[in-house]
Amino acid sequence: MNFKTWITAAGIAAMATTATAGSHGTDVKVGMITTLSGGGAGLGIDVRDGFLLAAKMAGNDRLKIVVEDDQRKPDIAVQLADKMIQSEKVDVLTGIIWSNLAMAVVPSATAQDKIYLSPNAGPSALAGKGCHPNYFNVAWQNDNLHEAAGGYANTAGFGNTFILAPNYPAGQDALTGYKRTYEGELAGEIFTKLGQKDYASEIAQIRASGADSVFFFLPGGMGISFLKQYADSGLDLPVVGPAFSFDQGILQAVGDAAMGVKNTSQWNKDIDNAANAAFVEAFQAEYGRLPSLYASQGYDTANLLLSAMSKADITDGDAFRAALKEADFDSVRGDFAFAANNHPVQDIYVREVIKEGDVYTNKIIGVALEDHSNVYVNDCKM
Amino acid sequence: MTVLLFIEQVLNGLQFGVMLFLMAAGLTLVFGVMGLINLAHGSLYMVGAFAAAAVAGATGSFVLALMAALAAAAAAGAIVELAVIRRLYDRDHLDQVLATFALILIFSEGTRYLFGSFPLFLDIPDYLSGPVTLPGGIQYPAYRLAIIVIGLAIAAGLFWLISRTRLGIRIRAGESDREMIAALGVDISKLYTVVFALGAALAGLAGALVGALQSVQVGMGEPVLILAFVVIVIGGIGSIKGALIGALMVGLTDTLGGILLPAMFRLFMENSAAQSTGSALASMLIYILMAMVLVWRPQGLFGARA
Repeated sequence: MNFKTWITAAGIAAMATTATAGSHGTDVKVGMITTLSGGGAGLGIDVRDGFLLAAKMAGNDRLKIVVEDDQRKPDIAVQLADKMIQSEKVDVLTGIIWSNLAMAVVPSATAQDKIYLSPNAGPSALAGKGCHPNYFNVAWQNDNLHEAAGGYANTAGFGNTFILAPNYPAGQDALTGYKRTYEGELAGEIFTKLGQKDYASEIAQIRASGADSVFFFLPGGMGISFLKQYADSGLDLPVVGPAFSFDQGILQAVGDAAMGVKNTSQWNKDIDNAANAAFVEAFQAEYGRLPSLYASQGYDTANLLLSAMSKADITDGDAFRAALKEADFDSVRGDFAFAANNHPVQDIYVREVIKEGDVYTNKIIGVALEDHSNVYVNDCKM
Repeated sequence: MTVLLFIEQVLNGLQFGVMLFLMAAGLTLVFGVMGLINLAHGSLYMVGAFAAAAVAGATGSFVLALMAALAAAAAAGAIVELAVIRRLYDRDHLDQVLATFALILIFSEGTRYLFGSFPLFLDIPDYLSGPVTLPGGIQYPAYRLAIIVIGLAIAAGLFWLISRTRLGIRIRAGESDREMIAALGVDISKLYTVVFALGAALAGLAGALVGALQSVQVGMGEPVLILAFVVIVIGGIGSIKGALIGALMVGLTDTLGGILLPAMFRLFMENSAAQSTGSALASMLIYILMAMVLVWRPQGLFGARA
């Protein structure tokens, strides 16, 4: 797969060199470390495809990209980062999907004066005391979508929610995030095993608890399993969760079991603005599938970088960081700004899973939290 | 904790157990008869699930999908045995682990090449979807009951095969003395291929059955493989009976431990601390069980030799 990704990157570079964009300045070399093989490869592939699509559409020949596969392993991600920084001399790193990999790579990369643009992972440790002027998160702080789910639960009138998430840092953040905004009672709280695929036991406990609603954060295959088993159990309590379990990549595998479920997301393909319409159309034309949340984050990351390149030269670090911080690009999400700790301030929406023809997808039904930032801003001193 | 919740959890444990049995049966036969550690057994589970998802997607029939899973996994097993495994019988276990680990990577990336990185859809057939009401008013998914029945039926079939048929006699003979039955004129290499394909078919069936409940994706077999090894170590290597008892023990311990331990800690701890301590300890329970069995009987519950 390394071979293939090099080809893709080379192809983009070739297209970029034939384009006649007339901007001047120093080349910006981007190293993308993302997950392209093993479980969870779908997320990395979407981020990469979104990023490369934006680069191709801009046709800026000063943007050079190399893509490498981290196999979802922290040690490999660290090796790749060292290689990219030391032998390939990249200026900007990006691409990491998982918070544990980001924690392994980002602090050392930013300390070596490289810019890191996160297209996905937003661990709280990098938003609060561990924030850094070279670190920008273009997706969200990890707690955000869960806080929005709690906000939605209040407006939907849930008073007794059963909450569950896997027992690892992002799962603990998820339940904390939900409880931060949710005002009702908890019918129960369960930490499941990471990677667990059978939820019969948890579903029986939900049934016995007398809950009026369920909140869960179970990314990837875990969410597919939970939803199918939940639908088959005969329980029909309303379910809410962050977008990760209802994304374009996995909805088709969940099928009817996901219909009507509410989930929270900072992006959807029906957000009405010109940038988003162009993105959705170009992504489908280029790759023959609907874009996902992750693809939109990769696309925005590339456009943020391109906007900074048009304002400042990468050799002038302070000016380039200031240009990034302005976030002067047309985000597919609509309004987008950076908070003081370089994490997004953005609207977070409530979506509902629907079926368009034969394809399962989401539509926006309301705004959960407007201009939402994160609670770690005040811990960040930089 | 109510009695109904407890009974429902016992059923869940049984269902998990028989699913593990389907995986462990093939693994224990291959290990017992041929002395081979096959790490790629989880890949055959994945092959079964993908074949079922592809056929169910094309035809809409769940029965056809299960048959395709059996056939595809058996064929993959036979091909792998003929092409790779056959060369490993005389090598030491480290070589076997290395070669079959390579097979995992080949199967995973090959499957991704064919089917893409996104999970496939495989759903429970309409006639088994939804819950049924059991005596006592327990609502239990019909499909999980069906898995329990299918698993127990296959266990009965395997016992019959091993103890009552000529093939079974040869398998048992091959297990105790491979040179002797070769000298008696049994085509030992054909026997090995058949045993390997049989184990693969059972793994493929487990993958297809579970794929409809969970998600069909690359790498789905490896977590189950680890549990299947625990099962055969507890049950005793080479013993089908041991695999069945071991699988049910692991299934019940894992499921019941997951709810009873947090409930127990809640008696003297605050709720969220009880929950996290209880579930952390519960995930260790099956390994503690394995360690205790090994201390008591180093050859496993029904193992013939240590």
